[in-house]
Amino acid sequence: MIAPSLTPQRGPSPTLRVCALYPELLNIYADRGNLLVLARRCAWRGIGFELAGSSLGQPLRADAHDLFYIGGGQDRDQRLCAADLLETKREALHAAAAAGALVVGVCGGYQLLGHSYALQDEEIEGVGLLDVRTVREPGARLIGNIAIEVSPDVAGATASRGAPGPREPPGDPGGSRARTPEPQHAPEQRAAARARVLAGFENHGGRTYLGACARPLGRVLRGRGNDGRSGWEGARQGNTLGTYMHGPLLPKNSWFADWLIATAIGLDPGELAPLDDALEREAHLSARRAAGV
Amino acid sequence: MTLALDVELALARGVGTLSRLRGGGATSAPGKALLRLRPDAIAQLSARLPRGSVLVSATNGKTTTTAMAASILRAAGIALVHNQAGANMAGGIASTLLAAARRHDGIAGELGLFEVDELWLAPVAAQLGRPRAIVLSNLFRDQLDRYGELEAVADSWASAVRARAHGHCRLVLNADDPLVADLGREHGERALYFGVEDESLALASMAHAADAKHCRRCGTPYVFDAVYLGHLGHYHCPGCGQARPHPLVSAHEVALAGVRSSRFRLQTPAGQATIALQLPGLYNVYNALAAAALASALELPLASIARGLETVRPAFGRAETVLVGSRELRILLVKNPAGANEVLRTLALEPGEHDLLGVLNDNIADGQDVSWVWDADFEQLAGRVRRVTCSGTRAPELALRLKYAGVEPGRIALQQDLARALDSASADLPAGVPAPLYALPTYTAMLALRELLVARGHELAAWS
Repeated sequence: MIAPSLTPQRGPSPTLRVCALYPELLNIYADRGNLLVLARRCAWRGIGFELAGSSLGQPLRADAHDLFYIGGGQDRDQRLCAADLLETKREALHAAAAAGALVVGVCGGYQLLGHSYALQDEEIEGVGLLDVRTVREPGARLIGNIAIEVSPDVAGATASRGAPGPREPPGDPGGSRARTPEPQHAPEQRAAARARVLAGFENHGGRTYLGACARPLGRVLRGRGNDGRSGWEGARQGNTLGTYMHGPLLPKNSWFADWLIATAIGLDPGELAPLDDALEREAHLSARRAAGV
Repeated sequence: MTLALDVELALARGVGTLSRLRGGGATSAPGKALLRLRPDAIAQLSARLPRGSVLVSATNGKTTTTAMAASILRAAGIALVHNQAGANMAGGIASTLLAAARRHDGIAGELGLFEVDELWLAPVAAQLGRPRAIVLSNLFRDQLDRYGELEAVADSWASAVRARAHGHCRLVLNADDPLVADLGREHGERALYFGVEDESLALASMAHAADAKHCRRCGTPYVFDAVYLGHLGHYHCPGCGQARPHPLVSAHEVALAGVRSSRFRLQTPAGQATIALQLPGLYNVYNALAAAALASALELPLASIARGLETVRPAFGRAETVLVGSRELRILLVKNPAGANEVLRTLALEPGEHDLLGVLNDNIADGQDVSWVWDADFEQLAGRVRRVTCSGTRAPELALRLKYAGVEPGRIALQQDLARALDSASADLPAGVPAPLYALPTYTAMLALRELLVARGHELAAWS
C-alpha cells in the first residue's frame, strides 16, 4: 500500500493503464517479463494495473493508457507491424505522447519508434516519435551482456533527487507529468544519486543514430549500444524512450521499473511505497557481473 | 589415397589421445583435427557405410529421438555408427566416424545415425551427399544469441532439404509443426509425416511464447483447431488453404503418468501397437513418433519399433533418476521456453508440493542470454513449491523469475555454488517423506550436476 503521508494529493488507488502493442508478435526477447514486473510491482503497492493489447488493424485510443509498450519481433512480423503502426496507430501514439503518456520501445520496438529502419535492402518508415534512424552496416550483429549508466537528465535518476541535468534542451517537456519541487543536495550526494545503472542483454543487427532532438538513454559502460562505436545506448525524446536492452530489462532493473510506474501515473518515484527488493538487487548485480561491471 | 587417409586417421586419433591426456574433453577434438587434415572426411568415411546415414535434428528432443531410433535399429539387428555422446556438430560427427573407421576402407557399422545441431544440418547433409533420411521434429525459439531468429533456421533447413530433393533421401517430418511440415511440400511421397491424434490433450490456449503463428507461404495467421505443445497442433491457413498434412505415423489415446512414463497407441503403415514408454510427457511421445516414423521410412518391422521404444532409457539428463541417500533425484533438463514448459507441465501432473533445485547457467552452450526464463511458464509452479533452491551462474535471475511467477519468496533459496546448493536442497527434504527432489538444470548445469554426482560416487547410467 502507498503510505498516505507520502501521497497527500492522490486518490487512494491510482491505476497504471498499460497498452502493449502487438504483444503476440513483438515478444521475441521475453518482453512479457517487462509487463509482468510492472503488473506485480503495482499490485504489491495497491496500485491498480490494467493491461490492454492492441494488434494488427486495431485502432488506439490515445487517452486510454498511461504507458504504451512495444517490443521486438522477427523480421517478418516487424514488417507487418511497421505497416500497421503507420496505418492505424501513428496519430494516436503522437497524441498520447503529447498528452504525457510514456511510450517505451525495446529492441525492434525502439527501431520502430524512430523515423526509419533498414530491413535487408528496404528502408521501413517508423512512427517518428524518436529522432533516430536505424541503418545496416557491414559487420556482425551486436550481441552480448550490456550495462549502461543512465544519463542523469533522462530517466529520473535526478527526478527526485537533484536538479534537471545540463543537457536538457529548452522546451523539452521532460518525462514527469507531475514534478514536485526538488530539494538541493550536496554535489557528492547528487553524483551518487546520478550513478544509476541499467544492465541487460543486447542482440541487434541495426545501428541506430540519434538526431538533434533525441538524447541518449545512457552511456555504455560495457557492451555495444546504439551503433557499437559512439558509446551511447538508447534514446529519449520527451516521454518516449527507446532501448536495445532486453533480457528482459525491467526485472533486472527494478528501480527503472519503478521510475516508469511513477512517471506514468504522475508520481515522484520517491513517493512509491518501498518493496522488499532483496532478490531484485541480487538479479541486478548478477546482470552487472555478467556484463563485467 | 586410402593409405593417405589411413595416415590422417591415425594422426587425428593421436590428437584425441593428447586431448584426453591433457584432461580436455576428447569428444570432438579428433574429428576437428581430422577435418583440418581432410575437409571431406565425413563424405569419405560415411561412404563406407553399407546402409548409408540418417540425420536427426530439432530444437528439442534430438538426443532422445536419436537414442530411441538407435534402440529400434538395434532391435532390428542393425549395427550403428552413432554420435551418442551428443557431440552434434561437424567435429563430433567426424569423431564418431573416425572412431568407427577401420583400415582398408573398413568401418565398424552398417548405418550412420547422427544427431545434428540445427545450424549444422545443412553443411553436414551436404557432406554426407546422399543421406538415407533426414528427421526434422520441431523448431522453437532457442538461444537467440546463437541461433538467431526461428525463420532463419527454417530457411537453412529448407535449403538443406531442397539440395537433397533429387536423391533417394526420405524426409521424416512433424506434421504438427507448421514450420517443419512445410518443408515437405514439394517432396511428395518422399516426405513421411508423423503427428498426434488425440484432441483430449489439446491445451486451452497457445503458450505465450509460441512461435510460427503465421503461414510460411502467405503470411496469414494460422487457425489452430488443437494446440498440443508450443505451436504444435492441428492447424490450417485460411489464406492459402495450406493445412496440416495427414500423418502416416501417429499417436492415439495418449496417457501421461506424471514424471515417470507415458503410454499411447501407435499407428503406422505396418499396423498398430500399444507402446508403454519409460519416459514422461507428451514431448517424449513426439520423440517416439519421430523415431517410429524414421523406422517406418526405413521399412523396419513394427515389432522392432515397439521393442525398441519400450526398452529405451532416459538419455543423459533427460528424466534421469539418481538415488541420493534414500531419496530420488530426478534430473529434468530445461533449456528453452518450449522445453521448459513441457517439463513444468509434466511436473504439474505429480500431486502435492515439490522440492526443486533450479540451476540456471549462461555459458555459451546454454545461451548467454537468460531472458528465455521469462518466456517459460514458471507460473505453473505457483502454489506447487515446498522449497526451491536456485543455483548456477545466473541463480538470482531464476529466483527472481520464480518470485514474479507467484512462488512465495520465503520458499526460494539462493545458492550460486552447485555443490552447496545440492547439499542444502537434499538436506532440507522433509524427513520420512519419500518425495523426490527435482533438478531443473540448463545444459551445462546438467553436465556439471552429473559430474558432481559421479564424483560423489553416485551411480549414473553410462550413456547408452
